[in-house]
This record gives sequence, C-alpha cells and structure tokens, in this order.
Amino acid sequence: MAKITFITRDKQSITLEGNAGSAMALAVANGVTGIDGDCGGVCSCATCHVYLSPEGLERAGAASEIETDMLELDDNANEFSRLCCQIEISDAIDGLVLNVAR
Amino acid sequence: MSPELKEASFSRCVVVGASHAGVNFAFALRKEGWLGEIVLIDSDLQLPYHRPPLSKSYLQSTEESGYTLLKAEDSYAKEGIELRLGLKVNSIDREGKTIVLQEESSLSYDKLVLATGARPIIPAIVGIQEASNVFPLRTASDVKKIREVLSRTPNPKVVVIGGGYIGLETAASLKKLGASVSVLEREARILSRITTSEMSDFFAQLHAENGVEIFTNKNITAIESTDHIAEVICSDGARFPADLIVVGVGIHVNTELAAGAGLEVSNGIHVDAHGQANDPNIYAIGDCTYHHNIHFDRFVRLECVQNAVDQAKIAAAAIAGKAVAYDAVPWFWSDQYDVKLQIVGLSEGFTELVFRREEGDRSFSVWYFQGEKLLAVDAVNHAKAYVWGTKFIKTRQLLDKAKLQDSKLEFKAAIILA
Ligand SMILES: Cc1cc2nc3c(=O)[nH]c(=O)nc-3n(C[C@H](O)[C@H](O)[C@H](O)COP(=O)(O)OP(=O)(O)OC[C@H]3O[C@@H](n4cnc5c(N)ncnc54)[C@H](O)[C@@H]3O)c2cc1C
Ligand code: FES
Repeated sequence: MAKITFITRDKQSITLEGNAGSAMALAVANGVTGIDGDCGGVCSCATCHVYLSPEGLERAGAASEIETDMLELDDNANEFSRLCCQIEISDAIDGLVLNVAR
Repeated sequence: MSPELKEASFSRCVVVGASHAGVNFAFALRKEGWLGEIVLIDSDLQLPYHRPPLSKSYLQSTEESGYTLLKAEDSYAKEGIELRLGLKVNSIDREGKTIVLQEESSLSYDKLVLATGARPIIPAIVGIQEASNVFPLRTASDVKKIREVLSRTPNPKVVVIGGGYIGLETAASLKKLGASVSVLEREARILSRITTSEMSDFFAQLHAENGVEIFTNKNITAIESTDHIAEVICSDGARFPADLIVVGVGIHVNTELAAGAGLEVSNGIHVDAHGQANDPNIYAIGDCTYHHNIHFDRFVRLECVQNAVDQAKIAAAAIAGKAVAYDAVPWFWSDQYDVKLQIVGLSEGFTELVFRREEGDRSFSVWYFQGEKLLAVDAVNHAKAYVWGTKFIKTRQLLDKAKLQDSKLEFKAAIILA
C-alpha cells in the first residue's frame, strides 16, 4: 500500500492510496484533473506528465529512454519530469508527491 | 460568462456514443463551463473503456476485469454527466430537436453530438454466419467471448482474417497466450493499405520470429464447420483448421443516424473545423467524421484515439462559445511483442522515402516526403524520431535528407534540419 499525493495546476492536493498499477491509472480512477492518460498507459501520448522533487525522483527513479524522448513533446518538460503511467505503485514510493504539469 | 454558456444553463446537450470521443467530449464540455444537462448515451452496457488495449494488453491478461476504464465510475456523477448505457438511439428529428431511442421513447436536445464511431466489417464469406467461433474485435464483449473460447480449448488453433494493425496485434497477443496462430491476408503483403513494403517486411519477419504464420494472397471463399472445429478455405485450395477465427478486415462508419436525418454524409459525417455538421445544433466527432486537415490540406476520415480526443475538445469549446479550430497532426501507435510502432502524420501522396536505421539495436524510422514537405514518420522502437517528426511536421521545417539518412550522424534537430 502506498500513498501518493497529486497536486493539480490549481493547487488542489489529492492524496490517494494504491496497491498496484501505475500512478496514472490511480489518478484517472480518481479523476485527478490534468492527468488524461489518452493512450491508456503505454507511453505513447504524454498526457500524464508530472513533476517530482529531486528526492521524489530519486525514489521513483529516472525516466527511461523512450519516456525521456516522449517528454520532449511537451515544451514544459524539465529534468524533474516523468510520465506517471511509467511510475509503478509499490511500498517503495509511499508518500510520493507528484505535481501535475497541465 | 459567454452568452452561449448563460443560455446553456437551461439547455441539454445529448451525446450519442460513449467511447473515446463521446466521453472526452462530455468531460471537456463541463470543463468549458457548460451549466446545462449533459446526457451521454451508448448501446454498449460496459462502463466506457479504452479500445486500443483490447487487442494488446487486455487480450493477453488473464484477469477477468482488467480492462481500462476511460473515466472512473463515479466521475460521471461528480461532473453532472448522465450516463445512459445499454440504450440505442434510433433516429433524429432535427426539426423537433429530439432523438428517438429504442422502445420509442424520445429525448429533446439543444445541442446534439454524434460520436457514433464505427463497427467491424464482417465479410460475406460462405458459412461465416453459421460458424460458432467467429468474432470481430472492437468491444470488450468481443474480447470476453474470445477469451472464453480459448479457456475451454486446449492448444487452440486460431485463424486471424486480415493483416492490418488489429489483426497483427491480436495474433501477437494470442500467440503469447500459447495459441498457434495463422494470419490470412488477401493482399500480397500485410499492412498493404497503410504502409510501405519495407515496414510490411519488418512486421512479417517479426511475426515469423515469434512463431506466427502469415499467409498472403489468401482469398477466403468459405468457412466449413463441424461439431468441434471450423475450417477456413481459400480460393487456392488451402485449408486452415480453426478453433477460433478472429476477423479484422476493417470497419463500417456508423453514419446511418446522421444520414437518416439528412445530414451531409459521404465517407463519414461531414464536419467543419469546429466539429459542426451542416446543422448549427449538431456536431460530430471521432471515427465517424469526415473532416479537413490543414496540415495536409485534404479531407480525411481517421481511426485513432488522437482524433477522437482532439475533436472532442474543439467541439466542446465551440458549443461553449469559444471558437478554436482543429489543427492537429494525427498520430497513432501499435504494440506487437516488444516492438513499439509510432506513427505521426499522414503518408498518403508521398513521393520520396527516407530510411534511417539506428546503430546497433532494432530501431529505425521511415520518413515520408512529398517533394521537400515532410508528410509522416513511422518510428519503430525510436520515440525520438516520432517526437521530432511531430515537431517538424507542425512547424513545417525543411530537413536535410542526406543527413537524416546517415545514422553515423547523431539524431539531433540541429544536424538534420536543412
Ligand atoms: C482493437 C482495437 C485496437 C485499436 N488500437 C488503437 C491504437 O493503438 N491507437 C489508436 O490511436 N487507435 C486505436 N484504435 C482505434 C480507436 O479505438 C478508435 O479510433 C476510437 O475508439 C474512436 O473513438 P470513437 O469514440 O470515435 O468511436 P468508437 O470507439 O467506435 O465508439 C462509438 C460508440 O458509439 C456507440 N454507438 C454507435 N451508434 C450508436 C447508437 N445509434 N446508439 C447508441 N450508441 C451508439 C457504440 O456503441 C460505441 O461505443 C483501436 C481500435 C480497436 C478496435
Ligand atoms: S498515459 Fe499515455 S504516455 Fe502516459
């Protein structure tokens, strides 16, 4: 079980609990604004863009090569960006805070 | 508040079709500030779900309820969207601004959105109606039936009719589940209508390596069924026994509602850059539309999530009184085995191809040009090519084809731009 907090563009903070699956799926299942997940989570659409803190990034891990490439579609991506369909929920990321990019 | 929204607080927007286009539209309309009712109707009983995983991850998974919902169940009520599932819309009365539902009940609308998509073609093959284990693959219930047959058949033999993306993805997924799979394609190569012969060869090879047999130039004339197995018979005499037959030979657009109401329809429902049909109160979005694309300056009908979502957003904006014109570059993806294909743009009308193979791994891209104009990119395991292709098509930047082709040069915008 992990608690994940999403902070939307209008500064709403939503803390959700998940066991498995991706952070994108958790966000969509709970209607977090700004996480669309149009491709269903296969790293093809870049509509699940989030920013992490440096510590958060260390825990969640860096983006893979394809993810880094896909992030380039979004001009607002930076070194703290991830596509959250590629972040798997596990105990290891309990307490993670994700800032929704859009 | 715009006059459209103010007026709209007493209004009702009815959406026919609750899939990628209809669902995204309903949520986008609320986000645009629409205060009136939103009624979202679909004949499918399942809560709206993503279709692309049906032939990919969902088909492969053994979990019963593993399909991916478009939106959480309770989010419809939260957004004040009335979701009415299992209900078919039979006709539209444009003068009375009402739709007629099955069982003759009716519902009035102020704005009507047709997001009716498409349905699979079932070819007129002798014996296909009588055969019991023949299924298309477009809905969650199709997948359920396919999985039921597989679960009660040891060492199942599967015949996939049609070597397009859905057929090939289905073949890859069923192979992963342990079936022996043959794909029968009528043309001389798979993916013939949509891509170049090099791409067809690549995918044919990929399937061969994974043990899926592909047969081209196969014209199916009949399906013969006995108690427990069917046989697919081709004009050249070849026979393929099958416990399960999956049909993936294309779609029919659901334009009957629109045509019956006298809306302009050809290869799809005609809409303008705002998704509006030739009736100021009726819009159409997604797979069912025939629309103009400014990047390619021609009318197109697309079958992809991108178009469903983007048209949903512009139609919602238009109904809320904000005129945003459609200016998207189409994109699409297909996942087979460990290969990811990403496509951006529309390749039709190309005059020149540039191939770029990356050193070492199995990544390459095909660049389609019409003269100097980049039309489309097919990227295999190379998201970078897909991303830069998207940017170059949008910005209409010219490329240096010789440098683009040279994989010894780094793949960087600064290098490949002319
Ligand atoms: C197996 C499969 C794999 C795919 N893979 C990809 C992919 O990888 N990438 C990609 O971009 N696209 C893919 N697609 C295409 C994508 O799913 C479609 O482009 C998308 O579903 C179009 O959405 P839509 O809402 O316009 O239409 P549809 O999804 O066709 O939905 C139309 C809805 O309208 C309902 N309807 C129609 N008429 C009526 C009526 N009279 N009354 C009530 N309800 C009605 C139907 O029940 C249906 O639910 C795939 C499709 C399939 C089937
Ligand atoms: S959901 Fe499409 S890239 Fe993450």
